[in-house]
Amino acid sequence: MSETQAATLRINKESIYIPERAGHPVRSFLYREMLIMRKILLHRALKLSGSEKLGRILTTGAAAIAIISTITIVFFISTKGLSAFLVDGISIKDFLFSTHWLPDRLPEDGGPQVGVLAFLIGSIVVSMLAVLLSAPLSVACAVFIAEIAPNWGQRVLQPAIEILAGIPSVVYGYVGLSVLVPFIRNNVGGLGFSVLAGFLVLTVMILPTIVSISTDSLRALPGEWKEAAYALGSTRWQAIRLVLLPAARSGIMTGIVLGLARAFGEALAVQMVIGNTRKIPTSILDPVITLTSAITMDMGNTPMGSLWNNALWSMGLLLLMMSCFFILVIRFISLKGGAAR
Amino acid sequence: MLKKSTFMVFAVLCLTALLVLAGCGGSKQATDKTQQLSGNVTAVGSTAIQPLAEQAATQFMAKNTGVKIVVQGGGSGVGLTQVSQGAADIGNSDIFAEEKSGIDAAQLVDHQVAVVGMAAVINPAINIDNLTKQQLVDIFTGKTTNWSSVGGPDQKIVLVNRPKASGTRATFKKYALGGAEEANGIEEDSSGTVRKIVKETPGAIGYLALSYLDGSVKIVNIDGVAPTKDNIVTGKYPVWAYMHCYTKGKPGGAIDAFLNYLMTDDVQKTIVPQLGYIPGTEMKIVRDSGGNVKNK
Repeated sequence: MSETQAATLRINKESIYIPERAGHPVRSFLYREMLIMRKILLHRALKLSGSEKLGRILTTGAAAIAIISTITIVFFISTKGLSAFLVDGISIKDFLFSTHWLPDRLPEDGGPQVGVLAFLIGSIVVSMLAVLLSAPLSVACAVFIAEIAPNWGQRVLQPAIEILAGIPSVVYGYVGLSVLVPFIRNNVGGLGFSVLAGFLVLTVMILPTIVSISTDSLRALPGEWKEAAYALGSTRWQAIRLVLLPAARSGIMTGIVLGLARAFGEALAVQMVIGNTRKIPTSILDPVITLTSAITMDMGNTPMGSLWNNALWSMGLLLLMMSCFFILVIRFISLKGGAAR
Repeated sequence: MLKKSTFMVFAVLCLTALLVLAGCGGSKQATDKTQQLSGNVTAVGSTAIQPLAEQAATQFMAKNTGVKIVVQGGGSGVGLTQVSQGAADIGNSDIFAEEKSGIDAAQLVDHQVAVVGMAAVINPAINIDNLTKQQLVDIFTGKTTNWSSVGGPDQKIVLVNRPKASGTRATFKKYALGGAEEANGIEEDSSGTVRKIVKETPGAIGYLALSYLDGSVKIVNIDGVAPTKDNIVTGKYPVWAYMHCYTKGKPGGAIDAFLNYLMTDDVQKTIVPQLGYIPGTEMKIVRDSGGNVKNK
């Protein structure tokens, strides 16, 4: 073993132990970064072998690309999305709290107006209902896979759910349009194009997200906990309900919020079955429109830089802010989950 | 260890290649405006014109091997924006540039290659063949809500619209509804979906370009006039639109040659009618962006 290799090994051994400062994730994150930076500099000083260096450059490069694309995308959507307010002088209040979507109306007739309240409510209603139905279903599936029938569940149910995750959303939409919509029209009532059709399609679409994250967090629990519960005389169901599910709570919540985020951002499949009617639904059988659907419908036909197009970008910015919010919620949940341990 | 590092190298190479490709996508080689006809032409915009432009481009490229024509969809708004910015050579639009706010129409040159008629269509189960213009306006503005008020069955009317930004909707609103504001109804992005919904939903009414009619939905005459080619070319049936190919300024070289080719019998007598459009050369009337009609 050459001298440099030995030095490398020593440093790598060091890197296993990174002191954590509990309770301050941001500070401990910075602290980690600092340690890593110090190590990079040390490595450089020791003149690393070629493949070490290459690996370092490649991974750093990939990380840089990821960071740069995120920053540029956020910057682009923000500048585009804010121009409806800054350049065209639309008030944020009118944008968020008005249901009048009349971007083509002439100024002399009181236009143009770009209120997105109906779309926002549509998005919230459809994705919330989907999560309300999908979450219990998914958690039950996860319990089945992780606890009730680990063998069978892992061999049959998990691949089945992975296939669900792999089906393209246009296929979900088309199945919904061809099967679900006529079924609702003939058996439940209304046009078929409805909130109901939209959230049923979404329920199936977000199922894999919630199931896989919940399964992972259930599996990650120490086996001793279950054994301790059994030793105390609890039945299997009691162990699941009183010990395992509460212990995996933060993981399950993360899965549910991710599912909600996915439901909120889904465009195509929902657009095909909800009927896209620009008003607030009063019944579950009413057609509805979501933010994503309203964007895709007009994007291609409005000239860049026009008020109409800018308003669509503002809706995109709103979606981006919603997803930032969801990520914050997930961070918060995992922070609390970590503290509980 | 080796395997892992090889994988990493591969992954990063892929990422880099993607980025480089994405960067190249935006740039476009300058069109070579020389006599022997060569160069690249990009035509972007309306999905209604896309099939026509694609087929014509294939034939044109077979005859002029030095020219490469790329036809893309994206919508009329995208077409007009791209050609105004100089990002595309030809911007396809199914409405006049003057009718789109945010486009400086003065710098664009219009080439009207074909005409497409639009018809009100209803669910085949409704026993109505004709509506007066006023009845049509009342239906689409939400005043009439049941088919029985216009002589049909006792069935609730379901409106199926295209999005407000769509050229088909703009044309239908202007020439069939006299500019009346439509009531809220189902909105669908594509004409294919509109056709499917009108066909399957009891009581549905919508509108489609004639090129989308396949017998699965019922066509309604307006004021007793059927949306036929003869009625459109003579100006009897008013609901139709030009298919515009816009260029920024007067085109030259390959672009000019391609636009001229679109007006030859090779295209006008074969591709245009095959796709369900009406040749621009056969129109007996002309219409300007304000909707004023006069004889040719």
